[in-house]
Formats: sequence, C-alpha cells, structure tokens
Amino acid sequence: MEGSHRAFGVRAIQGGGAVSLLQIDNLSKRFGGVVAVDDCSLAVAPGSITGLIGPNGSGKTTVFNLVTGFIRKDTGSVSFNSKSIDGLGPDRIYGLGIGRTFQLARIFPRLTAVENMLVPVRRKGLRALFSRADWGHEKARAMEMLEFLEISHVANSLGGALSYGQRKLLELGAVMMAEPQLVLLDEPAGGVNPALLERIGDRIRRLNDRGITFLLVEHNMSFVMNLCSEVVVLYRGRPIATGAPEAVRKDPTVLDAYLGA
Amino acid sequence: MRLLRQANNLKVSGIVVLFAIALALPAISPDPATTNIAVFTMMYIGLATAWNIMGGYTGYISLGHAGFFGFGSYTLGLLLAHLGIKAGYTPFLFVPLAGLATAVLALAIGWFALRTRAATFVIVTIAFMFMLQLLAENLVGLTGGGGGLSFPVPPWGGDYFNTPYYYAMLALATLGLAISWRIRRSKFGLGLLAIRDDEDKALAVGVPTRAFKLTAFVVSATLVGMIGGVYGYYVTYIYPQFVVDPLIGISMVLMVFLGGLGTISGPVLGALILEPAQLWLAYNFGASRLYLVMYAAVFLGVILLLPRGIVPSLVELVERWRARTGPSASAPSKAVAP
Repeated sequence: MEGSHRAFGVRAIQGGGAVSLLQIDNLSKRFGGVVAVDDCSLAVAPGSITGLIGPNGSGKTTVFNLVTGFIRKDTGSVSFNSKSIDGLGPDRIYGLGIGRTFQLARIFPRLTAVENMLVPVRRKGLRALFSRADWGHEKARAMEMLEFLEISHVANSLGGALSYGQRKLLELGAVMMAEPQLVLLDEPAGGVNPALLERIGDRIRRLNDRGITFLLVEHNMSFVMNLCSEVVVLYRGRPIATGAPEAVRKDPTVLDAYLGA
Repeated sequence: MRLLRQANNLKVSGIVVLFAIALALPAISPDPATTNIAVFTMMYIGLATAWNIMGGYTGYISLGHAGFFGFGSYTLGLLLAHLGIKAGYTPFLFVPLAGLATAVLALAIGWFALRTRAATFVIVTIAFMFMLQLLAENLVGLTGGGGGLSFPVPPWGGDYFNTPYYYAMLALATLGLAISWRIRRSKFGLGLLAIRDDEDKALAVGVPTRAFKLTAFVVSATLVGMIGGVYGYYVTYIYPQFVVDPLIGISMVLMVFLGGLGTISGPVLGALILEPAQLWLAYNFGASRLYLVMYAAVFLGVILLLPRGIVPSLVELVERWRARTGPSASAPSKAVAP
C-alpha cells in the first residue's frame, strides 16, 4: 500500500485485492453518550504485523473487545477468514483462531506457569475433557513454548509469583497454545524494561515468521515502527490513516490528532 | 524423584488405612451414640466435598446448597410415599433418583443464577434456597406443608440401627471424593480453576465458562441432593425448615473454608473437625445453639489466621521447611492439592 490516505470507506484498507484475514466493517459502539467506536472499518492482511495506534481514548481496546466478543457491538460486522463471527462469544472466537492478550498482562495467579499454558489447549470430546490435564505431549509443547520465551525456569512457579515481564511472556505463550492464526496484543510493550522489550519484539517477529498474524495496540512508537508492516491510526473511534509506518508517521492528519485539535 | 515416590506411597497407604478404618468403624465402635456421630460426620464429609466441587474449584460461593439438600430429601420421601415403597433396604435404591431430580433442578437454577457473579451469585443462591423452603411449606397438597413428611420407619433396630445409613453416607462421600479427585486433576478441572482465578481471561483462552460452571454446579448439587435423601430416611421425619436449613448450607461452606478451599482433603478435614465438635457441644451443653457461637468463632479464626484453610497452610509450611533444609533448596515451590 502506498502512502497513507483517509480511510472512511469499507474497503479503504484492502489493498491490491488481497483477501484480508480479519475484516471489520462499519463497526460502532457507544457507551451511554460516549461514542467509543464510530463507523470503523479496517482490515488485517494475513501474515502481517499490523499496528493499531491512536491517542488515549481513541477506541483501540474497545475494537479489541468487539472483535473478540467481550462486548456487543451496536452496528457493523466482523469477519474472520471471510466468515462472519458476529454474535459469537469469546471462547468460540478463540476456538476459531483469534487469540488476544490484555492490557495489563492477565494470567492465572494460582496456577503454575505450565498450568497457565495448558488451560488454552483445545481438546475434542468429553472423555478427553475429563482425563488428566497434563498429557505428556501437551506438556512438552508447553515447555517448548516456555523455552522459546526463555521462562522455562519458572515453569512450576505460581503465576502470581512471576515478575511483570515474565507474566507478559507467559500470557503471550499461553495464547499461542491453541495455535491461533491471528493474535491481538493489547500493549505488549507496556510497562516492560528495554531488554525485555527487545525479547518480546523479537519473539513476536519470530512467531510471525511461522505464519501467525498480529494486530497490536501500542503506545511505544519506536516499538511499533520497528515491528509493524502496516499501521492503522484510530482517532475518536475511527481510522484516520493507514499504511506503512514511515508514511503514517509523517501524515499531517495523524500529527494533528496526536498533538493538536 | 525417589522422595516424591515415597511421599506418594505414603499418601496412598494413608488413604487406604483411613478408608479401612471408615469401613470397620461400626464394628469397632457399635454403640449408637458413636455411630450417630459417625453418620453425621460422614454426611458432612460428603456435603463439604460436593460443595467444594463448585465453591472451591470455581470460586462461586453458594450459600443455598441446603436447598438442594432439602429438595433431595423431599424427593426421596415423596417417591417412597407415592410408590408405596416399604421400609428396608429398597429406599436406598431410590437415592440416585432423588439425585437425578436434584440435577434437573440445579440445571434450571444454575441456568439463571450463573448469569451473576461474586456477591450477586451468593445472594441469588440464598434467595433460591428460601424460595424452595417457602414452596415446601406452601405446596401443602404435594409436600404436606408445615405438617412435614414421614419416611417409612426401618424394621431394624438396636445397635444396628445406624449402620446401613452410615454405609450409605460412606458410599456417597466416597463417590463425591472420587468425582472431586477426578475433576481436580482433569482438563475440565483446570478450566474450573482458571475460572476461579480470572473468569474473563479463561473465556479469552477458549474455556467455555458457562458450560463448565453449570456442569460443576449440577454435579455438586446432585451429590448434595442424594445425601439429603439418605438423611431424610435416617431421621424418618422432615419438615421444610428442618431440611432446607440455612445452617446446613453454612456448615458445609465453613468446613471447606476451615480445611482448605479447592483442595481434595480440606473438606474432609474440615468436616472431621467441625461436625464431631458440634455434636459434642450439643451433647454436653444440651440442645442449645451454643455451637453457633463456636461456628462464629471458628469462622473468625479461619478468616483472620488461616484465610486459605488448614491444608494449603500446612502444605506451604512443609514446603518452606523443605526449601530451607532439603538439597534442592532452589526448587521452585508448587502448590499441589493433597
């Protein structure tokens, strides 16, 4: 996609006729008198790392909550892999292949790190559901992921005993356990020290190399600019610019939204 | 590793010994005063274990389980009356039917109650319990209302009188423990614990929280309903305030809190401590409600001193000691359910 442009139309972001993995059309949500998301349309291309940025209160997290089924939209539609996911609950949506993390790393504090990893693993059938939680191959996969994130040394520690950075990594790892196609990350760099920030960025990139698509909300601009192949700027609940990071960064509308008006 | 296996062997043999003692109890100490205490203690082991499957694993505190207890009691009594079942061992065969009816009721109640969380859920369960009590009182044609409901009086007597009930309670408690154990280590149980820790997060990683909660609720209520059925047959006469008794509902909760919420052995330990203590108080100080004062004191003590209950606190103590003295001083601690 070349440069940036105002994106009010439905297909504004769908460049080159590529089929998008996630397609959001005319989504709206108001809380009382506040319009959190306002006729918002955007698309996430498969294989991309798309950044969703915008000033505080621009509706980024609300978009996440709408896509993942945590809150009900007023109007609009969301489709994933060209299939509508409207009206589905969060657990179903996760089952279809959309994972998410939360703004302030949410993990299960009274479960161990490994158990945290095993909760999202999907099993088919009642028998499987009522047999042991720690099947060897599932546990092996969990350990592998913990090693990949370099937190396997805390595998048997309770989630509540982990540092904030470890929790962030654990949450990211746990979401990956059901092999989602798309992962929504809500501020993956928030409250994290620079060294860890680098590790998180690197792991996201490597997971992306394995074919996982990311849509991330982030305030750390250098993190976004380094990582994302495409950026969508949200302002007052609707996209005002989309495109490559460098282009969006220089867009006067974006500067206006952040600095003035 | 060897230490771990030794500890495991110790645990298994401990369970076998305890179970053998429980089996032999009526033979060891056949006098009715003791077996009466044994029946009630075993009953509360079952009730606390059943309650824990919902309250302990998912963190949803129901104070209305006495409703299921009374419902099971009434269901068995009415079944026996309408089918003309004579006293003897046959009534015990109808206990699973009482459980089934309770399961249906729990499904309906859970369907609505589980739309709420936390304090609201607690209040909704209390409300349902009192609704059931009122219904039992007012549907005179069905239940006999305040006049109560009589069960057939068993033909056996003497020292043997309590024994069949004791074994029925033992069987239900064992069933409850087996289910609780199976759930605790299952994938389903892990989902319940995830709900306890952070329900929205569990939903976000694909746990079908509603179905899971409802299943745990129904399993828990079914066990309680069956135990209520046996209880009705044991006391042979019931009335609404007697079986849909808030104190029964609170007792099982208190036992779980004392022993350790969400553990398998905690509810057993809590029942083993509290129920004999209560009966002892009632025996020595008359049928006064002094035990209520004790319950209040125990509850305060638990909240202030052992907020997680006896078993988790002990486990933590042992692990801290092991970490300080053992060779694997750096081994990360793991909270296990003993």
